[in-house]
Amino acid sequence: MSNNPRRARRARRTAFTAGTASVALLVTACGGTGGSTAAAPKEFSYLSATENTTVKNVLTTLSKEACAAENKARPLKVENVPQSSLDQKLQLLAGQDALPVQFAAGNSPALTGQLDKSGKIADLEGELSLLGVYDQLQPAAVSTIKALYDGKVSVLPYEYNIEGIFYNKKLFQDRGVAVPTTWDELTASAEKLRAGGVQPFSAAGKEGWPLTRVLSGYLYRSLGPDALQDIRSGKAKLTDPAYVKAAQEIADLGKKGYFGEGVASISYDVAMNQFLSGKAAMFYMGSWALANIADPKVNTVGVENIGFMPFPTVAGGKGSADQYPSNVGLGITLGAKSFDGKTGDWVACIAKNYGSTALKDAGTISGFKTNTPVQDANAVTAQIRKTIGDSKQNVLWFEALFGTKATTVSTSNAASLVNGSMSPQQFMQTVQDALKNQ
Amino acid sequence: MHRVLGDRRAILILLGPALLVYSLIMLVPMVWSLGYSFTKGNSIDGFTGNGLANFERLLTDPAVHEALWFTLKFSFVVTIGQVLAGYLLALLYVFHLKRASALVRTLVFFPVVLPTVAVGLLFQNLFQVAPQPGPVNSLLGALGLEPVDWFASGGTAFWVLIVMEIWRSMGFYAVLLFAGLVDIPDEVLESARLDGASGLRLVRHIVLPLSFPVLMSSLIFSINGTLKIFDAVVALTNGGPGSSTTPLTLYMFQTSFTYGEYGYGSTIALLLTVVSLLVSLVVFRLTRRDLTKG
Repeated sequence: MSNNPRRARRARRTAFTAGTASVALLVTACGGTGGSTAAAPKEFSYLSATENTTVKNVLTTLSKEACAAENKARPLKVENVPQSSLDQKLQLLAGQDALPVQFAAGNSPALTGQLDKSGKIADLEGELSLLGVYDQLQPAAVSTIKALYDGKVSVLPYEYNIEGIFYNKKLFQDRGVAVPTTWDELTASAEKLRAGGVQPFSAAGKEGWPLTRVLSGYLYRSLGPDALQDIRSGKAKLTDPAYVKAAQEIADLGKKGYFGEGVASISYDVAMNQFLSGKAAMFYMGSWALANIADPKVNTVGVENIGFMPFPTVAGGKGSADQYPSNVGLGITLGAKSFDGKTGDWVACIAKNYGSTALKDAGTISGFKTNTPVQDANAVTAQIRKTIGDSKQNVLWFEALFGTKATTVSTSNAASLVNGSMSPQQFMQTVQDALKNQ
Repeated sequence: MHRVLGDRRAILILLGPALLVYSLIMLVPMVWSLGYSFTKGNSIDGFTGNGLANFERLLTDPAVHEALWFTLKFSFVVTIGQVLAGYLLALLYVFHLKRASALVRTLVFFPVVLPTVAVGLLFQNLFQVAPQPGPVNSLLGALGLEPVDWFASGGTAFWVLIVMEIWRSMGFYAVLLFAGLVDIPDEVLESARLDGASGLRLVRHIVLPLSFPVLMSSLIFSINGTLKIFDAVVALTNGGPGSSTTPLTLYMFQTSFTYGEYGYGSTIALLLTVVSLLVSLVVFRLTRRDLTKG
């Protein structure tokens, strides 16, 4: 080893510089601020939530049949991410300017709005009009999208769902219960069913949202279609008496045992199974449940025994029963940067063909027009399709206009509201507080 | 050898790579995270300076207070529970089962190697009330008692979590403490017995002081592990009902990654680091004092 102090110092300096340089390199790599070149994408990449299988299956079918030419120019490539980590992944990809051509745009509309504000999302109304296919979207779906995304068409309506109460016709008939049209009739029917040894409702308390949807249903019927818009604009608070009253009504359903035992432990699948095996008489759910209803392996009571009714009216309320809560599923959108001619061709082809292919192959209703006539699978599907066609005004769901924090707080406390471990006042206060902090 | 280790360049060459890797994967992210706690925003909108606003919010945020209180309560109860259960098991192995303890040791250790998520699901099913009553509720029913919806309130969910965590980890502490007890020389025990010490007195005056160092190590292990509890809670209750079983780690995760508030999430992480540091310092001081006495 050398004992020359100057050489040693130089060597130390070199080592130090090398070390610092590599740290700096790594840091820049992690930061991901470097803008990538805007090369045209080679594939029609689609980032989907793992749980949603319909959209990717239908797109795959289209890529082989109606959109084979578009697929040849820019092949479809599906990637999956669990829905629970979707928001996280999108934030990372957006931060690195590496969003796919088409992607599921976050669990809450708020995140999509954020992506839109930073210019990451294509203006679909403009793009589809340029392509001449804007009229392929169902007007009802467009109005739902606009209500959700600040008046903009930020997502494509791959799904179009309305919500209401599915009921078991046979259980109703056996116990002499007529289909209720008002809230008072609904609670009276529930009491009659419970007395007759049937659990009136099945609901997934574990997920929470199936319970808060009943709450928003009551709010829309009692306060009218602006009930939750007023919360967002600050005109009203969830702790106002009229809002707490709605929470009280839902809590009372739980108190009387209408949701059965241990509602907090019931998952979506279990709740679906309770209803479709005849253990519960009513099930508040969206029309996406039609896929399970049509499946004889899951539905053991028979599809002919399932009926659908709108959320009942509330005495003296401002809302009416023909205002259906609707949604377009998990919003799927297109990146602004990669929307070029070839992507446009794909989108035009989807707009023209998705509706009929989805209805034919998957039995699901989308917000695209069905250009090829398709026979309905069963009476409930036909009824819901007709309802969607006739529907004039739509309302949203409880958390639709909330940010991610208030959404999480609301859904994770819903079971506590219903099983009595949280008072209606406390529940509304907790959600209102979460709204304040965003 | 002395010449090599006395040369600063040699030290740099030998230590450099390890130090660099350590700095890159430990120190840089820590400092980075500290930096984030003075910002707001996320990777979509970009980050902007936020001064001390996150720290002010930390002081007044009721959710942080609830999570901190839960974390401390959980850590305290589980640490006592798992070290005590482990110590009793170790005493059982050494003084009662003696050489025949291998099978029992293996059985008690078994939950340690199971994935936490599997244990969480197991306990969910054990304590569930719907769609079917689990074994615990069936037992209550057989005894003529009302079934309990364990996961419906924070109070009962907390105790299920405690029972699960102690059951899951006591085998580890039993083996750790067993190693300490085996080290006590037979002659010491023998002479104590000749002097008339037996049973509790033997444990109190001979076994406990001699196994004190390993008992302290177990305590440090346990406190550090339980303050940072995450997977077990996510698997069993996911922080619910509401936020009543949400520890700081989970709240930090939700804030950063679900709510997209990276800055505030980093501030919560900093709080957790400070708490862990304080508790470790306290335990460390206690150990040092007692060791010099012993």
